[in-house]
Amino acid sequence: MTIQTIEHQHSADATDIFGFWIYILSDCILFACLFAVFAVLHTNTFGGIGMKQITELPYIFIETMVLLISSFTYGLSILALYNGQKNRVLAWLMVTFLFGLMFVIMEVNKFIHLYLEGHSWQSSAALSAFFTLVGTHGLHVSFGLLWMLVLMFQIQKYGLTSFMNRRITYLGLFWAFLDIVWIFVFTVVYLMGVI
Amino acid sequence: MLEKILLGKLTLSAIPYHNPIVMGAAAFMGLAAVTVIGSLFYFKKWKWLWNEWLTTVDHKKIGIMYIILAFIMLLRGFSDAIMMRLQQALAVSPSMGYLPPDHYNQVFTAHGVIMIFFMAMPFMFGLMNLAVPLQIGARDVAFPYLNSLSLWLTIVGAALINLSLIVGDFAKTGWLAYPPLSELAYSPDVGVDYYIWALQISGIGSLLSGINFFVTILKMRCPGMNLMRMPIFSWTALCTMILVILAFPVLTVTLGLLFLDRYFGMHFFTVDFGGNAMLYVNMIWIWGHPEVYILILPAFGVFSEVVATFSKKPLFGYTTMVWATVVITILSFIVWLHHFFTMGAGANVNAFFGIATMIIAIPTGVKVFNWLFTMYRGKISLTTPMLWTIGFITTFTIGGMSGVLMSVPAVDFQLHNSLFLVAHFHNVIIGGVVFGYLAGFTYWFPKAFGFKLNETLGKCAFWCWLIGFYVAFMPLYVLGLMGMTRRLNHYAAATGWHPYLVVAAIGSAIIACGILFQFLQLIVSIKNRNNPAYKDTTGDPWDGRTLEWSIPSPAPFYNFAVIPIVEGRDAFWATKQNNQTPKTKPNYKDFHMPKNTSVGFILAMISGALGFGFVWHITWLILASFIAIIVCVIARTYNQQIDYYVKANEVEQYEAQFLNRATS
Amino acid sequence: MFKTVIKFRTLLFTIVSIVATLFISGCNLVVLEPKGMIAAAEKDLLITSVLLMLIVVIPVIILSLVFTWRYRENNHKAKYSPDWSHNTLLEAICWIIPCIIIAILAVMAWISSHQLDPYKPLNNGEKPLTIEVIALNWKWLFIYPEQHIATVNFLALPVNIPIQFLITADAPMNSFQIPQLAGQIYAMAGMQTKLNLIANATGNFRGLSTNFSGDGFSDMNFDVKVSSQQNFTKWVESVQQMPAKLTLETYDQLAQPGVIKEIQYFSYIKKDLFNTIVMKSMIPMSPTALVPK
Repeated sequence: MTIQTIEHQHSADATDIFGFWIYILSDCILFACLFAVFAVLHTNTFGGIGMKQITELPYIFIETMVLLISSFTYGLSILALYNGQKNRVLAWLMVTFLFGLMFVIMEVNKFIHLYLEGHSWQSSAALSAFFTLVGTHGLHVSFGLLWMLVLMFQIQKYGLTSFMNRRITYLGLFWAFLDIVWIFVFTVVYLMGVI
Repeated sequence: MLEKILLGKLTLSAIPYHNPIVMGAAAFMGLAAVTVIGSLFYFKKWKWLWNEWLTTVDHKKIGIMYIILAFIMLLRGFSDAIMMRLQQALAVSPSMGYLPPDHYNQVFTAHGVIMIFFMAMPFMFGLMNLAVPLQIGARDVAFPYLNSLSLWLTIVGAALINLSLIVGDFAKTGWLAYPPLSELAYSPDVGVDYYIWALQISGIGSLLSGINFFVTILKMRCPGMNLMRMPIFSWTALCTMILVILAFPVLTVTLGLLFLDRYFGMHFFTVDFGGNAMLYVNMIWIWGHPEVYILILPAFGVFSEVVATFSKKPLFGYTTMVWATVVITILSFIVWLHHFFTMGAGANVNAFFGIATMIIAIPTGVKVFNWLFTMYRGKISLTTPMLWTIGFITTFTIGGMSGVLMSVPAVDFQLHNSLFLVAHFHNVIIGGVVFGYLAGFTYWFPKAFGFKLNETLGKCAFWCWLIGFYVAFMPLYVLGLMGMTRRLNHYAAATGWHPYLVVAAIGSAIIACGILFQFLQLIVSIKNRNNPAYKDTTGDPWDGRTLEWSIPSPAPFYNFAVIPIVEGRDAFWATKQNNQTPKTKPNYKDFHMPKNTSVGFILAMISGALGFGFVWHITWLILASFIAIIVCVIARTYNQQIDYYVKANEVEQYEAQFLNRATS
Repeated sequence: MFKTVIKFRTLLFTIVSIVATLFISGCNLVVLEPKGMIAAAEKDLLITSVLLMLIVVIPVIILSLVFTWRYRENNHKAKYSPDWSHNTLLEAICWIIPCIIIAILAVMAWISSHQLDPYKPLNNGEKPLTIEVIALNWKWLFIYPEQHIATVNFLALPVNIPIQFLITADAPMNSFQIPQLAGQIYAMAGMQTKLNLIANATGNFRGLSTNFSGDGFSDMNFDVKVSSQQNFTKWVESVQQMPAKLTLETYDQLAQPGVIKEIQYFSYIKKDLFNTIVMKSMIPMSPTALVPK
């Protein structure tokens, strides 16, 4: 590679990551809308259960912790990336994946329970908003997991190339973003529901 | 049972055999498709089509395809308009006209949706694709593959809407599909589902384009081009892209929630179970109002370029122009409620939004003055683009006035939903957006194709459009004051509306002539493309001011053989003034260009299948296409060879060819 | 080319004269011929706003044509300043003039929004009359709760009496408007909006729904008859003699989608019908609540 092309590659990296930030911004707006919808509709329970009855704080707290830990372990994997330790990167990604998976399973479990108790998304506008907001976050996490899986295979195959570096950074941004959204979900949906 | 699994709700009865108008349109579309496909086989052009167009990531070609889509959809949307005008001209009691409500309601819904989403939006992205990278001195956009994906998603959205003509129904709800009318309870057929998926798919395309161009403009400008040296069209493009990025996610959510209501029985906007229809109305306008500026700002940009070029003067008040654009961008997010003052939100809320709306008139007014003072002490050559601009200034001023009038809430209580409103927004959309895009089309056409468009026919088109517009829409202002509301299928003779509606129908016929001239102009110009009067050998047919005119026409695939270095505004004009033609041979270097990719095309096609599956509740198709999309995306990530090198000597050859052409 | 322009000009001229004739031959511009206090104020506001804006609009249109003509390429007498692109004073004026006009308009908008707020009760010393309005698919039901009568697609009003409409819908969203009496307000299911007006003259007016609501939308208009207070009382008494009664059963029939051409009168109203309809989508009821036992 000539010096010029290395330069080119470098600036392309900056452009790409900037683009990814902008994507996250637009996703933020998507969630902002869902939060707004939830704020408008969460009291329209149509005689059914409200957020207060849905919330089991200890369960939600564990769920939150699981997701936060997964973010921490992702950070460890990025640390390993800076040191160029491929196996460590993979190992921490695996740990992150498992925690993420646990989060999704816990959430799905909660949804199934609600459904079986007769509180589905069809029961009231409030529950529609609840399932959609929390479910959209869960769907994002699930996509993140799929992405992580693919990434792990690719790291295995290609090693820690600059290409892979960039992708690990992207997923890191995405994962941190989902964490922040979850903090809002936790506060707005569950904490404020209890209060 | 098997049928249900294989086809969902789709049955043969979904095809409206009994309706001669629909079947005629379908036959015409089928014939056109057969002709195109047949000639592709006959001339053995499939490979060419695939390699040069379907898989291309070249922003200029993508721009051209966007504009082709826009023109085709203009025809479709305009035939809807003619049908509506004809219906209203005929349907004075006791006659009920020739379109029953069931069909008429689809026609006006399709007209609105197609004109905004599949005529104006693609045209806007088309012009942006053609001009922005050239104006900022870039070789490509930031994400060429996303660009191709955006294009194809838009095309697939348009295809879904046109499919609804033949298979099933389209929405009968008006172009924004207000619930509860658009909910299952009142619209049980698939019309609204087609609406949701056509817009959802193309909307995601628009959002991706928005991100793409925002990054392109901020990150890929050539050395020396700081923001305050950027051509105004690129500035308006930048502001437009900000609007797209902020507004389109709202559309995605809004349509998504309506979809959840209809598909999974949720209750966001339903009448019962605590749903709130006004929430939808608020959300759709939080997207919808910025959308208006998404369409008009690039048109303002085009006018700014055209007026400076053809007055042979720099744009008057460049800085104020930029700030005016920025102010409009910000304000456009805090005015959405003026679309429904009549909701009963209370005097304070109404007054706030009314005043915020009026304030937008200030930067817009400043822009108009700036264009006028650009013409002042200029040397105005009355070419077609310039005619569109002058027609715009007069027409748009009237439209702006009626708009500000309706921003006074108490006045809007009388004019809301009336034909006065319809006249107003056509006044700004035709007088502003359409005139602007057609000006831009004529202006940048030589850069895209290497030859100019016929001036005489262009002027004929302009005059037909202008006169047709006034004849068609001034009566609508009057009708609005006479208390005629929009979307009426028939009316009583005693209302006295009939003569005005006949005049309006005549107006739409005059506009039809304008469109005809536009197409005639294209055909005549293509036929004469090698005629010296048409051919653009210099690359600078209008004595232009900005960078796009510094390169050959049609622009080579790499745009700039050597990335320019800019020292001020109107960079190319300055070069010409200083007569800085380089005496020494430029120093060509190797550079990267993106490889073509078929992934964008394939992903979009599968998305179309996904949308179709959702419309007709075909579960296997939904699942299959969903998995296919994921597999495609993952497969793409395994491909790391996404670009290639263009060698310096190759570039040298291309450039030499062009120089020969220019001198011979 | 020149010939075509001429042709277009003749065409334009013909059309302009047709339109002008239409105007003179007396069309009824209902918005500009108000017969109610609110509508009159709205009309004045409309005209003042237009005049105010014409201060800018007319010069702009004239300037655009004058500049085009004066600075055309082949007019060699006109001055050409190829680099002139900035003048602070001129740019300041460009901002200030629209600012002033919009400031005036904004003040007008603020004041009028409050004065003409459709929710604001009107007071002229007379006892106000309340009418409940329900938009159905595709007809209007008017309930006079104090008089215990109801009508379909016909609205009788006494002159010079403040009227308060309470509006809802049992159908997709509609909008309730009588252009010569007052501006419109939405009629929405599960919600209640209000509109206040006073009719200043007797006569027959046209009322309509302005918000598209489906197939029968075009027929969703109604006659408004404003009569003297004595005549109105007489009319109420005559309706009170009518045989038809508005029970939940007849209401259910009425609410079925369809267009009703003839006017209907009811002399008995199920108690609290209006509130029941507003609330029925907000709280769960037994599915038979609206069906008589």
